[in-house]
Amino acid sequence: MSQTLLEHLLIGLANGSLFALVALGYTMVYGIVELINFAHGDVFMLGSLFALTLVGTLGLADAGPATTAAGIVLLLVAVPAFCALVNLSVDRLVYQPLRQAPRLAPLVSAIGASFVLSNIGLLWIGAADVSFPDLIPRRNLLSGAGPQFTLKDMLVVAVTMATMIGLTAFVKYTKLGKAMRATAQDPLAAQLVGIPVERVIAATFALGGALAGVASVVYSLYVNTVSYQMGFQNGLYAFTAAVLGGIGNLPGAMIGGLTLGLVRSLGSLYLGERWTSASVFAILILVLVFRPQGFLGSRVREKV
Amino acid sequence: MRAPRRAGWAEAGAGLLAVVYVLVLYLDPAAGGQVTNLFIFSIAAIGLNVIVGSAGMFHLGIAALFGIGVYTTGILTVPTNPFGCGFWSALGASTLAAAAAGVMLGAPLLRLRGDYFALVTLAFGEVVRFSLRNLDEVTGGTRALGPVPPPVLPGWLAGPAGLLGIGRDFAQDDRLFYWLDLALLLAIAGLVSRIDASRWGRRWRAVRDDELAAACLGINVARAKLSALALGSALAGLAGSLYAFKITGTASPDAYDFNRSAILLCAILVGGLASVRGAVVGTFLVLGFDNLIAPWLDSAVQRWQPTGAEGRLLVFSNWRLLIFGLLLIALMRFRPTGLLPGK
Repeated sequence: MSQTLLEHLLIGLANGSLFALVALGYTMVYGIVELINFAHGDVFMLGSLFALTLVGTLGLADAGPATTAAGIVLLLVAVPAFCALVNLSVDRLVYQPLRQAPRLAPLVSAIGASFVLSNIGLLWIGAADVSFPDLIPRRNLLSGAGPQFTLKDMLVVAVTMATMIGLTAFVKYTKLGKAMRATAQDPLAAQLVGIPVERVIAATFALGGALAGVASVVYSLYVNTVSYQMGFQNGLYAFTAAVLGGIGNLPGAMIGGLTLGLVRSLGSLYLGERWTSASVFAILILVLVFRPQGFLGSRVREKV
Repeated sequence: MRAPRRAGWAEAGAGLLAVVYVLVLYLDPAAGGQVTNLFIFSIAAIGLNVIVGSAGMFHLGIAALFGIGVYTTGILTVPTNPFGCGFWSALGASTLAAAAAGVMLGAPLLRLRGDYFALVTLAFGEVVRFSLRNLDEVTGGTRALGPVPPPVLPGWLAGPAGLLGIGRDFAQDDRLFYWLDLALLLAIAGLVSRIDASRWGRRWRAVRDDELAAACLGINVARAKLSALALGSALAGLAGSLYAFKITGTASPDAYDFNRSAILLCAILVGGLASVRGAVVGTFLVLGFDNLIAPWLDSAVQRWQPTGAEGRLLVFSNWRLLIFGLLLIALMRFRPTGLLPGK
């Protein structure tokens, strides 16, 4: 295996983990309320801006290693909390009144919410890209002059794996997780057996937002550039990942994210950098047309 | 039934608005040019309203079809290419190209649910935008194509044009575009209203309201949907071609992105779904606000010369997505059918 190929595979793995983190929030919300939450990508964007502001306020950019490590842990707590709050507010203010409305009404509102949040981002940091301080050293973990797998890549993969495992356990073993699964299967029946469906939906939005928050911290530390426009494109990538794996399916989102990361990095190797975005969206179209249930989803027949 | 008195008010209002716009044209040619753009976008909005309003397909890629029209015209007419098409042949070719693209995209999507359809069309829009940007041997990439040569006024029209005092050379006088595009808009509005009221329109609405029931009544669902897509895409392509002639170029591919689609969608949601009037009124309200009033407010603010972070808050264009977003949310909540909904 050539060295560049291996390097691109590693980049793809790290990028794919990031997509997967964002995709998890998409997929959870879709699984329960069947809504494509367009605003999800912009919640992710606001998380990055919040992280940037925190880093600035705490002066982490020129702190010692111990302080930096503590600061990153703080970011991983504060930013998800912030994003959970934003996502929850969007649900309460925008989507909840439309729960019984025809299907397209919440979708249009979601586009509206996405516009509002990205405009808030614009007012927050302005139209230009802003660089995010490089808090993690680019130390190569693999010895020798071979392919690079840095501390950063390690962080991305480790945080994603841990989040993924924690989330799966949460949904599988906790009471709230069980209530979420029940609501996803049949909201009416869930309500009939005494599950507070609205509270479960609120918890789902909060959890989805928190996941976007984790992703935004990791993304900012990894990519080192934030802008108010990053939400739309990353949101679309993440949605593609979610659909690829089978929307509503948590391990699916993970697999979809990794696939997408690999497609992008190998695409940039073989097709050239500028065609990667087009090829990702072409894949989205092909999957939706030929296998709308994704890799792991099961086919749902349209009920009459 | 609408009370006749209210209809009178609406017509008086529309008449007044038209007078104001014509005055703007003669008093301020630059603003007049913006009004011409509104006519062009109205044609695209009528097309979008056929797809979304009448046939109930939630299309998020209308700007890409518009862009296909723009670029077809650009490729066929710019002097650096050997085609050298005239106005009408480029207009026809762009219309057909967009219709073909719309139908080719639509054919495999007919069985997709509403929100999946929306996403595929969104992704299609992005693929078209990136492709226009990347195929720079043909499209000029981000440098865009130009100049698109102006149409030539036929001799028999030179007399009447002279009477209106609007010149006879498209390259010299924007007002010719104003009247040309207004005439085309009126013709298309009339035509689409007729189609909407015909058997085809009834089929579209039947499929929109209940696909299964429509199929049971013997309506060919696929054909109904594809015909709506063909008509809507064709109108978007035609509008794109007119736009290329109006701005004598193609503008960068990024001008035809998702935001443009969403703003046109916003226009028909404000104006009213499934109605030609709604599409035109919505375009004049929403895009009129965006293209005429917002820049005017911006230049008013510019005179204070704000700077820094506060300056950012004072620049009006920095609030436009917020305003559109809130508008979409409020509409869905309080008036999901828009101001002048059709059937």
